[in-house]
This record gives sequence, structure tokens and C-alpha cells, in this order.
Amino acid sequence: MTSPLLDVHNLKVAYGGIQAVRGVDLCIAPGELVALIGSNGAGKTTTLKALAGLLHPAGGKIIYAGQAVQNLAAHQRVAKGIALVPEGRAIFARLSVQENLLMGAYSRNDHQEIAADLARMHELFPRLAERNHQLAGTLSGGEQQMVAMARALMSRPHLLMLDEPSMGLAPLMVQKIFETIRDISAQGMSILLVEQNARLALQVAQRGYVMESGSITLSGQAGDLLGSAAVRRAYLGG
Amino acid sequence: MRLHRLAKHYFAALGVALLALPFIVDAMFGHGWVRIADFALLYIMLALGLNIVVGYAGLLDLGYIAFFAVGAYTYALLGSPQFGLHWPMWAVLPLGALFACGFGVLLGAPTLRLRGDYLAIVTLGFGEIIRIFMNNLNAPVNITNGPQGISGIDPLRVADFSFGKAHEWFGVEFAAVHLHYYLFLAFTLLVIFVSLRLQHSRIGRAWMAIREDEVAASAMGINTRNVKLLAFAMGATFGGISGGLFAGFQGFVSPESFSLMESVMVLCMVVLGGMGNIAGVVLGGVLLVVLPEAFRHGAGPMQQALFGKTVVDPESLRMLMFGLALILVMLWRPAGLWPSAQRRRELMPDEAVAQQERDTVYDVSK
Repeated sequence: MTSPLLDVHNLKVAYGGIQAVRGVDLCIAPGELVALIGSNGAGKTTTLKALAGLLHPAGGKIIYAGQAVQNLAAHQRVAKGIALVPEGRAIFARLSVQENLLMGAYSRNDHQEIAADLARMHELFPRLAERNHQLAGTLSGGEQQMVAMARALMSRPHLLMLDEPSMGLAPLMVQKIFETIRDISAQGMSILLVEQNARLALQVAQRGYVMESGSITLSGQAGDLLGSAAVRRAYLGG
Repeated sequence: MRLHRLAKHYFAALGVALLALPFIVDAMFGHGWVRIADFALLYIMLALGLNIVVGYAGLLDLGYIAFFAVGAYTYALLGSPQFGLHWPMWAVLPLGALFACGFGVLLGAPTLRLRGDYLAIVTLGFGEIIRIFMNNLNAPVNITNGPQGISGIDPLRVADFSFGKAHEWFGVEFAAVHLHYYLFLAFTLLVIFVSLRLQHSRIGRAWMAIREDEVAASAMGINTRNVKLLAFAMGATFGGISGGLFAGFQGFVSPESFSLMESVMVLCMVVLGGMGNIAGVVLGGVLLVVLPEAFRHGAGPMQQALFGKTVVDPESLRMLMFGLALILVMLWRPAGLWPSAQRRRELMPDEAVAQQERDTVYDVSK
């Protein structure tokens, strides 16, 4: 196996006295799509936030591209190529779609390339081209999810982390968003996908981790997890 | 091309009007009103500074007048008989701006994690602390002269040219208030220019992103700590410049010029005029200086004429009307009198956008 892009050792995160993440180990190879599934409150979002630098871990190591990054601030990790699509999308509601995308390229300075990437995003999400100058807060939930994803891609990340992209979307829109995730992955992007919708996540992912009250309880090939009796019982409704 | 030329004509006309304004005002209403125009310019600078903090970065600051105080006291202490120092204006004004900037960072640093109501309360406290310090720094060592304030402050002066004395050129007499008007106008234009440049810069966009969603902003690679500190520092710098000019113009400073009410007034200018929009903020500044003054001068004689006596003290009537005007404006124009295009789109969507929004709600499947 080639050396992993992201290697997390014994990551611990606490809110006050409460341990939300109790020693998580996971790794992502370059170009791999990995799903992190689990029920509400299992610590999935907390794990992602710690990886993005939005929370300070209480312990453990985060090795990204061969470097320890656990002490870097969020903006420094973005510059290194780690991008997060936050839970609930967190778009800039009172900025236009285009301004949102440009904010994604904040860490970059190559104006021509940024313009080219903007055009690429419009190709990937034709809907956003139509809505370019509309305030992002006035878009539908699915379109806002597209804005959030395109915005993250504008930083030209090597690792894209998605937090619950299916949340609150109509089934058809969920299909569409997951097709796009599959496309982005096919282009070689390394992706860490956090989802409550375990079946959907494991269908697109190559590998998966199952998280339960702050710890990884199960991991393996996505297909194996989909077939596993334990996962079926707990997350896929028999 | 045509539009360009038209815009040029507008700007030329506006320039002539601004240059002629003190003479027109003087001829029509007298010297006192030129003085009021001078104050309006000082307040516009203040409002534009606060606009950076509140309008761009979305950080509610209720103690903004403290930076005005820092600028004013810097000028007063270094250019008055208080310590026998008479430093020149070109040294004292930037120093006041620098001190104010330092105090901006001093206020910003401990409040980085606060937002909304909590930030408002801390900044309000900060404003009061500065004022109370100025009020009490007369013992055991007398620095600020306490509540009596500092008087005999040097007039604004560049080399041998004093703005505090009347000058005559080409047979036209320029009184001190006229000269101050031109000086303040130059500074105001500078502040407007800097505000405009900031608004459309990378930093300006970062401020707006933080205003919208701070967590998302830091996930975009914005160093939120530095960018927020920069907003406080820039806003405070404008406040400090305005304060220094105020001290030199007035010749006297005392703590009571820097009360909470002043912070509230400046905030009203920003909100009433149109948060985040430079033209709106300027309009807010002009209206909130000129209208209360007009009322002060007009309410007494009008009551005399109507009722033959003064029924309500003009001063209390002024505040009453001010409150009423605030409520009415916020009811009818919630985005301010002259909102930015963004706020306008958000609060008063035109029909095309509104239709598009209605469409999007139902066509998720596309």
C-alpha cells in the first residue's frame, strides 16, 4: 500500500469534561473515498471538525501528507489542501453564489487559475451558473449544498471532507449530490465522507468506518460492511 | 463612454458644491452652521470607521467613541499647556491614530471569541472604562485634568499656517470655520477612499464572510483572529484621526464629550444610513448632525409663533423627535435610508428575484 494521505492516530476530542471522540484511528489513501458512518451523536462531526482544525484535539496525532498537522490552525490546514464542507452547509447567506465560490479560493492568489476553476465549477454544477448573482441564502437546500461543495473545491484541495451532504435534502437531490461525489472521486480526489445515511455512503465509498459513542467499532471494505450482519442490524434497518 | 463622461460631470458638480458649501451656508444661515458642517464631517469619519467594524465585519461595538477619545486626548496632551508640550499637528495626529489603533487591538484581542450581545456588552464596558479613566486620571498624578478637561489646546496648524485664524486670499476672507471645513473635507475624502478600497479587497470579503458565518470563514482558510483584529484596528484608527481633529478644532476636551450616548449616536448614523454602504453612512452622519441642530434652533421660535410661549423645552423635544424618527425609519426602511445593494436585495427583493426564489423552492428535482 502507498503511504496514506491522511493518517489519524488515537485522536481524542473533549468538550469541557465530556469526551466526544475517544481515540479514533483512521487512514485515507490518495484518491480513496472513505465513509465514516454512525448514528446521531457518535462523534463523526466532532472528528471532522478536529481534522479541519476547527476544534483542538485533547490528544492524538493527525498526519497529513507525511506531516503532523494537529497543532496547525484551520486556515493553515486549508493552505495545505484540506477542505471541509461543513455540516448544515454553512454557506454565506448574504453573499452571492459567485462571492461564496470566491471565498473558497481565499487561500489562493493565482487570479487566472481561480477564474478557470470558477468556470469548472459552473460545468460541474450548471445550476450554480444560472444562480451566479443570486444571494446564496435564497437558494434551495440542494443548491446550497452545491454551493458548499463548489466553494470547498475552489481551494483546490487534496483531501475533501464532507459532513452529512444528504442532510435535509429531497431524495432526488440526494441522488444528484451523491452522483457528483462519485464524479469528483473518479477524478482522483481523496474524500472523507461522513454520513448518517449508511447505505448510500457505503454504496459510493471504497472503504468504511463505523463509529459508535466516540470510537471506531468496525472498519473494512465498503461492500463487506454493507453485507455485515452487525451493520445491517444497526444502521440499515435489518 | 457617454456614461463615463456623465459620471465625470456629476463628480465635478459635486466637487464644486462641496467647495462652495461653507460660503453658501454662511450666507444663508451664518457662521454657526458652518461649524455644524465641520462637526458633521467629523461624525462622518467616525461613522465610516464604525462601519468597518459593524457594517463589514458584523462586530457590534457599543464603545466606539472610546477611540475618538483616545485620539482627542492624545492631541490634547501633546499639544497644550497641560504638559507644556506643543508638538506639531503632523506628528500628533498620526500618533493619535496609532494609539487608537493600539487600543482597538487591545479591545479586540480579549473579545475575539465573543459575538452579538456578549460582544456588545464588553465593548460598552470598554467605552465607559476609557471615559472614566479620563475623568479620574487627575490624581495622584494629574494627567488628564479630570472632569475639568484640558483647555488651551493648540489649533490645527501646518508649519506656519494655522487653521485657527482667518486668512484672506484674493480679497476673499476665509474664517477659521471655513478653513477647518476644507481640512476636514480632505480627511473625510481620504477616509471614504480607504473605505471604498477596503470594501472591494480580499480583506473586505474576508470581513463579510466572518459576518456571515465565522466557522465557515475559518474553514475557507481565513485567519479569523487576525482579520477580526484588523477590523477593530482599522475602525479605531479612523476614530483616532477624527478625535485628534476634534481636539484641535474645539481647543478643549473633557470626558463628557465621550459618553455612551455619543457611541449610540454614531451607531445610529451607521444603522440609519445603511449598514455597509458608504454613501448611506455618509448620509446618516449628515442627517443625524444637521437635523437635531435644525430642531434645536427651530423648535423654540416655532412654538413661540404657534402658541405664543415655549410649551416643551426644545432640548427634550429634540430627543423625542429623534426617537420617533428612528422608529419610523426602521419600520419603513429596515435596511437603512440608503442601503447597500446587498442589503437591498435581501430585505426588498425585486419581483424577478422573488419569482426566482419561489421557483427554486419547488424544483429541487432539476
